[in-house]
Amino acid sequence: MTTPVRLGVDRIACDGRGLCAEMLPELVVLDDWGYPILRQGPVPDALRDLAEDAVGICPKLALRLEPCPVCDAPSSG
Amino acid sequence: MTANLLVRDSRRGTACRPGRLLPCGLAEGPSFGDHLARHGSLPDGRRKESWQRATLTAIREAGLVGRGGAAFPTGRKLDAVRSGPGRAVVIANGTEGEPASRKDRVLLSQAPHLVLDGASVAADLLRAAEVVAVVHPDARRSVDTAVAERGAAGVDRVPIRVVTAADRFVAGEASAVVNWVQRGTPIPRGRPPRMSEHGLGGRPTLVQNVETLAHMALIARHGADWYRSLGTTEEPGSTLVTLLGAVARPGVYEVEIGRAVHEVIALAGGATDELQALLIGGYAGSWVPAGSALELPFSAHGLGVGLGAGVVAALPADVCGVVETARLTRYLASQSAGQCGPCVFGLPSIADQVDALAAGRPGTFGDLERWLEEITGRGACGHPDGVARMVQSALRVFAGEVSGHRTGRCRASEAARVMPWPIPDVVP
Repeated sequence: MTTPVRLGVDRIACDGRGLCAEMLPELVVLDDWGYPILRQGPVPDALRDLAEDAVGICPKLALRLEPCPVCDAPSSG
Repeated sequence: MTANLLVRDSRRGTACRPGRLLPCGLAEGPSFGDHLARHGSLPDGRRKESWQRATLTAIREAGLVGRGGAAFPTGRKLDAVRSGPGRAVVIANGTEGEPASRKDRVLLSQAPHLVLDGASVAADLLRAAEVVAVVHPDARRSVDTAVAERGAAGVDRVPIRVVTAADRFVAGEASAVVNWVQRGTPIPRGRPPRMSEHGLGGRPTLVQNVETLAHMALIARHGADWYRSLGTTEEPGSTLVTLLGAVARPGVYEVEIGRAVHEVIALAGGATDELQALLIGGYAGSWVPAGSALELPFSAHGLGVGLGAGVVAALPADVCGVVETARLTRYLASQSAGQCGPCVFGLPSIADQVDALAAGRPGTFGDLERWLEEITGRGACGHPDGVARMVQSALRVFAGEVSGHRTGRCRASEAARVMPWPIPDVVP
């Protein structure tokens, strides 16, 4: 079984390009100014591959997956 | 020392009883000799592992928490830096970017040696290679004098470097302080890594508020039980507060945590008007209704809101809380470091909506409430969270006034500006 992970974003690096929300609307929505709001909690296994793709496609390298041994803690995003 | 309400008026010439931290009747000083006469020397043997372990335990058992605003347990922070990779750095943070607060510069001016004792103790506990004191410009002379005295007396294992703090709201945030010392840019950086692992020059770094260090210096001398002989079980000790607004003698006072809020107000000569609300913590603090708060204990548990940097601003009944909130929000929006989208775009939009509310113009109140929820937790530092918390508290505490404004009525008779306003150019 894989370690649970959650999405995180480097808020300083993030430029609001919005690719993450297009790729992964289940876990990422955009606020009124185009910046991502990440769903709290662990990434479901079914979305793990898509999440990894979203991290890979972020043009600012701002999106990340981080291990969350205690996934009910608020995410840093 | 008796467990009375501790009273310390920051101004000279008024009735004064010394607190734990602040002496009486001094504009500057005291000299190192006077400091030793009052507090005694720090204990010997501070380089011994046994002393360090015992003192770390005392700080944990004392229940000391940070006085810069976040109230993080000091013992846990020390543990984190102590287990960080490499030789540590201690930064005494006297930036005091909070516009309503005066307590750090008053402490640095009137008891610089107590703060520097605390920094020296922290350096011993962490076996640090460097101590940097980042101090508000108003306190620079006093700290320079104190550092020179200590250098001549040879009391500190690690030399203390003094840096004048940047003048900006977010400049006091731990990573912003590190950036200021290292690069001259007082802006926060994202996490991770944490300061305890990768701070100044990449070394584990303790960034600790100067008041917290002063308490540490006393705990190192007198122990945890002594510290806990004041305050409440959950929140032991005393704390410095800056009282302002509708009080007779605005200033810096030292209070026992857990005393009734009306006793705290009485320290400043009492209220000069009927009070409507108190802003607790600072500009990005929380509004509480005066009617109930005055009878509650002055503590985070008692008031249900954090004490932040110890600011208590008293809003009189005839001043509009919505207008005051709009001014605070506009100021805070102007103080974004400009790095994170939700803060850069969210805060001005929120300030616009609060302005519209204050002016009785049509606005999108639903957007405002949603934005306040959405920006929380979405900055590299806690700046947007603080703004959201303050505005949300205002919408609760001034709910009656808010609904009046939405139908074009304001019951306030005075447009008096209670909060200091550091940037006249951006007055709404």
